[in-house]
Amino acid sequence: MRTFSALFWRELVLNVRSSGGAALSAAFFALIIVLTPLGLGPNSAILKSMAPGLFWIAALLATLLGLERMLQQDADDGTLDLLRLSPLPMELVVVAKMVAHWLTSGFIVAFLAPLLAPMLSLTQDALPILALSLLIGTPGLSAIGAAAAALGTSVQRGGMVLAVLVLPLNVPFLIFGASAVSAAQSGNDPWQALSFLAAASLVAMVVGPLAAAAALRLNED
Amino acid sequence: MLAYANPQRFLRLARTLTPWTLGAGVLLAAVGVFLGLFVAPPDYQQGEAARIIYVHVPAAWMALFVYVCMAISSAVAFIWKHPLADVAAKASAPIGCVFTALALVTGMLWGQPMWGAWWVWDARLTSVLILFFLYLGYIVLWGAIEEPTRAARAARILALVGVVNVPIIHFSVEWWSTLHQGATVFRTDGPSMSTSMLIPLLTMALAYNVLYAAFLLIRMRTEISERRLRTIRLGLEAVS
Amino acid sequence: MRLIGESLASLRGERVVFRNLNLDVAAGQALVLHGPNGSGKTTLLRILAGLLALMSGKLRLLDDHGNPLAGEQRDRALHFITHQDMIRPQLRVRETLRFHAALLGAPVREVDRALEAWGLGALADLSGALLSAGQRRRLSLARLSLQPRNVWLLDEPLVALDAPSRQNLNDICAKHLGTGGIIVAASHETFLAGSRTLYLGTGA
Repeated sequence: MRTFSALFWRELVLNVRSSGGAALSAAFFALIIVLTPLGLGPNSAILKSMAPGLFWIAALLATLLGLERMLQQDADDGTLDLLRLSPLPMELVVVAKMVAHWLTSGFIVAFLAPLLAPMLSLTQDALPILALSLLIGTPGLSAIGAAAAALGTSVQRGGMVLAVLVLPLNVPFLIFGASAVSAAQSGNDPWQALSFLAAASLVAMVVGPLAAAAALRLNED
Repeated sequence: MLAYANPQRFLRLARTLTPWTLGAGVLLAAVGVFLGLFVAPPDYQQGEAARIIYVHVPAAWMALFVYVCMAISSAVAFIWKHPLADVAAKASAPIGCVFTALALVTGMLWGQPMWGAWWVWDARLTSVLILFFLYLGYIVLWGAIEEPTRAARAARILALVGVVNVPIIHFSVEWWSTLHQGATVFRTDGPSMSTSMLIPLLTMALAYNVLYAAFLLIRMRTEISERRLRTIRLGLEAVS
Repeated sequence: MRLIGESLASLRGERVVFRNLNLDVAAGQALVLHGPNGSGKTTLLRILAGLLALMSGKLRLLDDHGNPLAGEQRDRALHFITHQDMIRPQLRVRETLRFHAALLGAPVREVDRALEAWGLGALADLSGALLSAGQRRRLSLARLSLQPRNVWLLDEPLVALDAPSRQNLNDICAKHLGTGGIIVAASHETFLAGSRTLYLGTGA
């Protein structure tokens, strides 16, 4: 337990203090949202109809950012070896890193999104659902990301490879998340989409750490 | 090396099987195309253009089937550490990718006369498109890791994670499609189809399967030879 | 404690790094691995640490009663100092070592004592980014002082260390051997003069 919390705090501190961590995710997310109207024009009707999807695409991209750092450096500098020699099971190592990654990416984004919502003319009624959908869905993104990051530790100089592995697997999150927000915006029932989103997220949170731990163990022999 | 004792036997078997499967596959495909183009009746709604289903639908089936085969090989490699299973999974990926691309291209060609657009966000077509990206990711991962044994291990896990996700992705896309009242161009399956259309369809499906087997054998043989060559080169390096 | 390896062979990727390697290190003894780059020194240390699987051969770590140790018991019996420095610029010196104390299961109060033992007491609140190469190396080695463990596996411990630090390392190692410890170290230089050496050649 002490090892777990020590690892978790270390990850959190690393993510918060490093320039490529939490602040970068938040800034990147905000930039995507801000740049979109500049590309599409300020027509609020168009922006409004696109907003749910845009927020979710921005969330997908923002959570990608911290993934390479999640395991790559530890694999390069030998910290991962010591983690393997520690009594902490590899699954829990991944969970600690996954939660720290989520707190410094998805979690922040979920609170940032409602603040940016007026820029895309998102209906106010949809704001709670926007935040909620991101809170429910982004842990799943971090979990799938963890599995990809673990696979990525074997890749020489390959941060972009991660994106190609992760994004197709994130399709359900995009669909259910954006649909929930759309539904809330048009006055429909968002709960079906949200429950599917929660289900996808739960599956990812089980499969992700297991796959990541297996991937990290594979470098043993 | 010990692990290659078994592939030795496989190679001998593969060498005899390759020409037969390849010949049978080409023959079956020719028969299927003939039946589809000339024997089967034109669709009473979609006319002659609907004949593309004999290429398209089995290709879409194969796209999924090969991915599942790849995942099964990966599971076998993961559990029993059988070296041939990795080779089979690796060799399957580009073949599956080609079937996926074929399904996509024929789907687009079909969409043009039917819908007046080269791309419609039909649920199945969209699923196949995402499957295409899953294949790409898998192939990229193999290419990105220089050390072959490591690459094999990472690829196993990716294939297994992928196959867990495929049904979820498929479901989400279906759900998304009904939500947006999506086009259902390709509703050609089901028991309502007439036998005269079913026979060429199944012939083509069989042809694709046999061709898959043929190309799999060829690619696996190539892969094993390449590995051996590498081992020999490394051996020479160590001696010199 | 006794570390015994019989006809060890290792395959990395598709290359045989070494084969037919034998070693036997008893309590109070040190074994220093020499050999050119790529001869498998690090690979052997990682195998001894239990991080890599053997292609063939038998490796045993016996306790004082001659019983082999395995699993977590075995992990707890050894210190492994890798040749990389596990130091992040975002963490202070003390924070880094605290994290390692938690990994080892060592009490937190040992952290400051270990820092003093390696002459890092004054740097405790400094960011990892500000350390010199030698200081980084000392911080990595300070793990050894966090918790007494019987087997020390050291990969290139001398690199970047100045003369006084080398003397300090030597003294600490001598003390460890004096209390019945085991050291296996890989080095390009003379280390722990007078101890046994094992030469790894390429393809041997």
